[in-house]
Amino acid sequence: MSNPKKKKNLSGTMGLASSVFAIFIGLIFGFIILLLSNPAQAVPGFFTILTGALTHGIKGIGQVFYYATPIILTGLSVGFAFKTGLFNIGAPGQFIVGAFGAVYVGIMWTSLGGVHWIVALLAAIIMGALWGFVPGILKAVFNVNEVISSIMMNYIGLYLVNYTTKTYTPLFNNLRNESNNVAVTAQIPKMGMDKIFAGSSLNGGIIIAIIVVILIHIILNKTTFGYELKAVGYNKDASKYAGINEKKSIILSMMIAGAISGLAGGLLYLAGSGKHIEIVDVLGSEGYTGISVALLGLSNPLSVLLAGIFIAYLTTGGFYLQLFEFSTEIIDIIVAVIIYFSAFALMVKMLIVKYQVFKLEKQEKKEEKEAARKEGV
Amino acid sequence: MEYIVEMLNITKEFPGIIANDDITLQIKPGEIHAFLGENGAGKSTLMSVLFGLYKPEKGIIKIRGEEIKIMGPLDANRYGIGMVHQHFKLVHNFTVLQNIVLGMETVEHGMLKMDEARKKVVMLSEKYNLLVDPDALIEDITVGMQQRVEILKMLYRDNEILIFDEPTAVLTPQEIDELMHIMKGLAAEGKSILFITHKLNEIKQVADRCTVLRRGKYIGTVNVEDVDLKQMSEMMVGREVNLTVEKDEAHPTDVVLEVEHLTVKSEHEGHTKNVVNDASFQVRRGEIVCIAGIDGNGQTELVHAITGLGNMSNGKVLINGEDVTKKSIRYKNTHGLSHIPEDRHKHGLVLDYDLAYNLVLQQYFDPQFEHMGFMKNDKIYEYAESLIQKYDIRSGQGPLTRARAMSGGNQQKAIVARELSRDPQILLAVQPTRGLDVGAIEYIHKELIKQRDEGKAILVISLELDEVMNLSDRILVMHEGCIVADLDPKKITVQELGLYMAGSKKEGGKHE
Repeated sequence: MSNPKKKKNLSGTMGLASSVFAIFIGLIFGFIILLLSNPAQAVPGFFTILTGALTHGIKGIGQVFYYATPIILTGLSVGFAFKTGLFNIGAPGQFIVGAFGAVYVGIMWTSLGGVHWIVALLAAIIMGALWGFVPGILKAVFNVNEVISSIMMNYIGLYLVNYTTKTYTPLFNNLRNESNNVAVTAQIPKMGMDKIFAGSSLNGGIIIAIIVVILIHIILNKTTFGYELKAVGYNKDASKYAGINEKKSIILSMMIAGAISGLAGGLLYLAGSGKHIEIVDVLGSEGYTGISVALLGLSNPLSVLLAGIFIAYLTTGGFYLQLFEFSTEIIDIIVAVIIYFSAFALMVKMLIVKYQVFKLEKQEKKEEKEAARKEGV
Repeated sequence: MEYIVEMLNITKEFPGIIANDDITLQIKPGEIHAFLGENGAGKSTLMSVLFGLYKPEKGIIKIRGEEIKIMGPLDANRYGIGMVHQHFKLVHNFTVLQNIVLGMETVEHGMLKMDEARKKVVMLSEKYNLLVDPDALIEDITVGMQQRVEILKMLYRDNEILIFDEPTAVLTPQEIDELMHIMKGLAAEGKSILFITHKLNEIKQVADRCTVLRRGKYIGTVNVEDVDLKQMSEMMVGREVNLTVEKDEAHPTDVVLEVEHLTVKSEHEGHTKNVVNDASFQVRRGEIVCIAGIDGNGQTELVHAITGLGNMSNGKVLINGEDVTKKSIRYKNTHGLSHIPEDRHKHGLVLDYDLAYNLVLQQYFDPQFEHMGFMKNDKIYEYAESLIQKYDIRSGQGPLTRARAMSGGNQQKAIVARELSRDPQILLAVQPTRGLDVGAIEYIHKELIKQRDEGKAILVISLELDEVMNLSDRILVMHEGCIVADLDPKKITVQELGLYMAGSKKEGGKHE
């Protein structure tokens, strides 16, 4: 008998192998760029990318997790939408309105006491979900491409947040042209992270992010709700035929994706690490990085978690590149190359799986033959 | 030169399956050679080997006695091999002529020279009696005409070896007759034809010899004259097959499905004609009602209106006396309606889900498979395994096989298995045996009759006249959106039915 379960596992581990392959090529490419721009410093520079994050020991690792928290979640947001057949390019918009929701509650509703930060995070989630709801309903009812509508929602979100922050006096710090500090009660509790990773900006946000990752993993793979969402993503017509309310599924998918991005914004701006809503005309990079994280993690929640940490690790290391007169943009280029190669990696993955399955079967056949021979004896 | 094409001892393996196991196929010049086998028997694989798309593990290919290696379709073309695919490969907004010359354009100074091409096409179409208007757009001509364009494409490339992959699947009975004529004409002119099919009547009608495959193995090559249909089907299926459907008299009882004045307006702007026009009928427990009609006469829209997949402008649908016109698809699914959809890829399956998940497509939320929102995967795979056994659904990795990786016939079996297992009150089967081989057709027909005898109501929509005549207890004929006749299959002939379907005869036997 063949062993289908074994084969399925095989293709799972191959996903990881293909991502590693992409990372490897991306790093080589990054090294070439370093060589081209400053040959003398290329080797120490490359070494810094790989180990820079560890320069300050445990504190550095804490920083990696701190940077990873929002991009794990935006990556999860994009990946979740991918899994359900939607391209949520609206993560940056959902991120910033989520941040605004959190900051607003964090500054204004100071009488909440112990649950202040929870309510602030809920506000972030609701705002993000709202920003996902609009492209969702447009897609479901009028078949408007979610890519276009969510890009527009990004800019509506950005400017609306800028406008509101600037004009609503209690929120605005005129001197620094950014939002005021949130109340201490609204800051995310450290949950022991300050003790483990002493000196870093890390807080309980990473724990919340990991919980959400696990939650989404369970929803997608274990529940009938996930079954419906994925079915609609794979084949809308067949889902309709099966009696699934495909419109509702699309809207819910976008809302959940939006909520996760919103939460990402909330966690970052409530971190108590000096992050404020600045009045600038640029969307936060955390949202777009989410797309890279989702691609590198092949949209699989657990891989997205690893991909987020990895990209944060590189970014942290890249920060130290400036010591060698390189610009930090090099890191962005390397990350881009890694993403680029993950597409190739998919191809490599298929080849590897084919080869492995072939080998497995050869072996099985051999075993069968031997078993048959033994029986014959 | 005894043989023009020889494929000797070809073996091709895929993970989990040997698609071709030591297969030999030899075609003589000027003959029509039928290539017979069940779904998934390995016919397509062998053709892909011939066209260089797959590399066989073992075996050699000879053309005109010379051993050759074919690296790809262009290579095959150079050796004079051409193929009409089951799904035509034509550019819809190009003209007939443009499609024929596509890829073989005569060019002078970078400019197209169509005049010579036109001459050659006209010459060919006259020689082989393949009349088509070279300037008509593909989207404007019938499927039968499109097939002629495909044939002309091969002739234009001076192909000597013509392969037809299930060419009659999409044709009306009249068009099939014409195609048979054309094929005979081509063979008479010295072309060698390989005719892939699982319709035994057609083989008997035109083919000289026939090679049979079964489950990837070579069974034999016979002279068609020497064998009868029964022997051929036995070779193909490996057991005795009953070609005519055996059934007892129907004993219809209560009405299950009632359709009243159902009308569907055209969605195309400016069309005032209704796609389905005031259709009313009933289906009773214990009878099989067939809706016969030529493709595109409103059958699809009628079914979609009944199931809820499409809109209806007017009318009522009742199941067991309950008005379900405005109810959701889920409601109908769980209240006795089963539906074998016409398009198995669009509606029938989620191709990226595995077989097991596809088999519970309308039941995943059932307490049997769900607990507090979680899928009971153990139960689902167990259930899938039992259906796979019961309905003999073949696939590489059992319930874990992705639906996309299964052969068309087995995909259809999976859908039939799923729909029948849901214990329906009324079963809507739209072309339930499309693309299936005799063995599978026999099986599905038997199942349908078994369901009927158990007291289910069954509505079959079919384009195959044989199926309609064999299976039904009552025939409704649909023509241009209207139900034009309600007939007793025992009292009419196939020819008469054809006339009703073509609209030249209406209820009461009056000619127009």
